[in-house]
Amino acid sequence: MPPPRGSSILRNLQSQCSNRLFHAGDSIVTRCPRPIPTRSPVQPGAHNRTFTTRTLRPRLPFQSSIYLRQFSTTSYLSHGHLTHPKPGEELKVTFVTKEGNEFTFEVAEGDNLLDIGQAHDLEMEGACGGSCACSTCHVIVEDQEMYDLLEEPDDDENDMLDLAFGLTETSRLGCQVKMKKDIDGLKVKLPAMTRNLQASDFK
Amino acid sequence: MKYILRHPLTRSAAWRSQRTSCNPRFINTLHQPGDPKVASRRADAPFRLAIIGSGPSGFYTAYRVQSKLPTARIDMYEALPVPFGLVRFGVAPDHPEVKFCINKFDEVARHPNFTYIGNTPIGSESLPFSSLLPNYNAILLSYGASKDKTLNLPGESILSGIHSARAFVGWYNGLPEHRNLNPDLERSDGKAVVIGQGNVALDVARILLTGVDELRKTDITEYALEALSGSKIKEVEVVGRRGPLQAAFTIKEVRELMTLPSVGFEPVPPSIIPQDTSTLPRAKKRLMDTINKGTKSYPLEKNWKLSFFSSPTAFLSSSSNPGQLSHIRFEKTAPVEGTNGDKVVGTGEHKDVYASLAFRSIGYKSEPISGMIEAGIPFDEKKGVVCNTLGRVARPTPEGDIQVPGMYTTGWVRRGPTGIIASTMMDAFDAGDNIVNDWLSGVEFLGEQGDVRMGWEAVKREHSNIGLKAVHWSDWDKIDKAEKERGKKIGKEREKFGTEEEMMAIV
Ligand SMILES: Cc1cc2nc3c(=O)[nH]c(=O)nc-3n(C[C@H](O)[C@H](O)[C@H](O)COP(=O)(O)OP(=O)(O)OC[C@H]3O[C@@H](n4cnc5c(N)ncnc54)[C@H](O)[C@@H]3O)c2cc1C
Ligand SMILES: NC(=O)c1ccc[n+]([C@@H]2O[C@H](COP(=O)([O-])OP(=O)(O)OC[C@H]3O[C@@H](n4cnc5c(N)ncnc54)[C@H](OP(=O)(O)O)[C@@H]3O)[C@@H](O)[C@H]2O)c1
Ligand code: FES
Repeated sequence: MPPPRGSSILRNLQSQCSNRLFHAGDSIVTRCPRPIPTRSPVQPGAHNRTFTTRTLRPRLPFQSSIYLRQFSTTSYLSHGHLTHPKPGEELKVTFVTKEGNEFTFEVAEGDNLLDIGQAHDLEMEGACGGSCACSTCHVIVEDQEMYDLLEEPDDDENDMLDLAFGLTETSRLGCQVKMKKDIDGLKVKLPAMTRNLQASDFK
Repeated sequence: MKYILRHPLTRSAAWRSQRTSCNPRFINTLHQPGDPKVASRRADAPFRLAIIGSGPSGFYTAYRVQSKLPTARIDMYEALPVPFGLVRFGVAPDHPEVKFCINKFDEVARHPNFTYIGNTPIGSESLPFSSLLPNYNAILLSYGASKDKTLNLPGESILSGIHSARAFVGWYNGLPEHRNLNPDLERSDGKAVVIGQGNVALDVARILLTGVDELRKTDITEYALEALSGSKIKEVEVVGRRGPLQAAFTIKEVRELMTLPSVGFEPVPPSIIPQDTSTLPRAKKRLMDTINKGTKSYPLEKNWKLSFFSSPTAFLSSSSNPGQLSHIRFEKTAPVEGTNGDKVVGTGEHKDVYASLAFRSIGYKSEPISGMIEAGIPFDEKKGVVCNTLGRVARPTPEGDIQVPGMYTTGWVRRGPTGIIASTMMDAFDAGDNIVNDWLSGVEFLGEQGDVRMGWEAVKREHSNIGLKAVHWSDWDKIDKAEKERGKKIGKEREKFGTEEEMMAIV
């Protein structure tokens, strides 16, 4: 049975509530999957600590029963589900957000980066639902050697990468990269989802 | 160089240099949160946003605003009864995965602070633009591009057999406006020419060349399927005025055409297309390699080709059938030296391409909506965009550009009619961020500080006088369900209603 998950809007609200509480350089380690993954509230000024997640639902700004009822039924719209890693077989993957926050998750072999990122409220879109047709799930592998260990992108992925904004030598589509033992410890950067003030907009 | 922008409210705001899409000069419009002259607003101050247009740009902006300012009340106005803009009426039926984004839009629409108001074109004939002004704090113009560019060539608007790609795409995708296009696909010459080399041109070529049994599995309209099953089109020529390196189409669309069963590709002469691609940038290299590789065999049962350096000059008919297109005259062009092929000039040499069917696919076009200019929103007719600075509507003046309070724009009407859903999404996220940042930083919006704006609750009183029934999300749910049921009966995911009457009958 897939773990129950909130809809992505709900998750976004949660990440929004919690996002403000983190600052550049924070590092989070969590095991996945969790029922509704959230991060524990942090007091201002405490942002240099390392945090672990709790499974408590945070208090949402307008958590009405209508709201929750409506959204709890739309989970079919969410992207693929994560599998529980078997004890001892957890693989680590780290996402670096555009603000520089690092989040490390313990995941199962076979899960793809888009599903992992979305299940943990990271700002990662998958407009085509992971079918390699939109390039919104673009990630950048930090380490060239690790990049070389990944299975080569196929033509379809390369075709979409050609359209990705801010393409680099080690870019991949998150929905096409599946976790495997030999890439345990993979670290990827999430590019910004906006272009505000980026040079390319001035062309 | 230094440019100064005067903002009607705060002149001494912390300026930041940006560039408008109307005025190629740097201007300053952004009010930084914490600006001493601007009292910031509380996150729970009531905020009402009207969004005009329910395409991806409108929905992705709503999504961004919802996630940054969940208390914002958003009303989305859509001219048609049904939502999603070009995701429904543009994206090709054989690209169902591209339409997956509507799942996200559906979530956005079910937010308790969101109201969808379909069947409500904003503009003076129906609901005047001015009726939104007193009822919202901010208005987002995300109404896309509802027209298309014309070539203005002899014969273009007179001869039969010439269609705009927008009309053809709208026709096969069930856009009510083009329900009765009925292109004649059964003429005996079996040849179609597509003018323009963007992805829309390749969509048109692919739909003409794909076997109907493949299309039958998609949500293409039944009437289009019927017309296509009688089609005699065996050859499609896609013509560009510049060279292969300047073509606007992207590799995925080319590859799709190269892999269509029983469709061959006529090789591009090596004198025209680079053979050594090793020094080209990645995307261009891969694209040239794919074109050079072509199809395994040629010719096959049906074929297509790409022609370059040909600029259309006239649509002509034969004396035996003066009302019907028989050939298109092109002037050959040549690259201008020193421009890397980006510019071409006519060589004076002409050639005629014989075809009884032509599609003009040279881009869509946005227009101002009626009443918008009067409301102080500047529109750049030449570029076909609302004048803006990264999504903030801004009026160019000799002293610099002035931000129009409370007015924002995004999507094709902001950038011009190019860009895929991914780029439209990023654009929309920018707009959403700007709206929320501006609001929280306390800059001037529509109305006085502290006004409570009633949004749709007030607008609907006026709306009820115009005799149009507003379509809400629960109504769209019914249309959606009915379309899916119709589709199920014939083994398709959905069978769209082709007219607004049919849609409204369900509601
Ligand atoms: C033929 C075609 C195929 C495409 N295929 C792809 C693809 O495969 N993949 C991809 O990534 N991108 C594709 N695109 C691009 C993509 O569709 C656009 O980037 C995107 O739809 C632009 O979004 P928008 O919201 O700016 O405009 P639109 O999608 O056009 O939305 C504008 C909306 O505003 C409404 N409107 C207009 N006037 C008014 C008014 N006065 N009052 C109220 N509402 C109004 C319109 O009815 C429409 O619903 C395609 C585009 C075309 C034309
Ligand atoms: N699958 C997809 O991802 C997909 C599918 C469809 C559309 N889209 C996107 O939607 C956007 C719009 O596509 P589009 O095809 O309408 O526009 P486009 O990409 O801008 O292409 C327009 C084409 O028309 C040509 N053209 C313009 N004016 C002309 C003239 N006067 N005479 C001759 N040729 C002329 C252009 O040539 P010049 O370059 O010489 O001006 C260009 O080849 C694009 O960004 C496209 O990528 C994406
Ligand atoms: S989610 Fe669309 S390409 Fe990965």
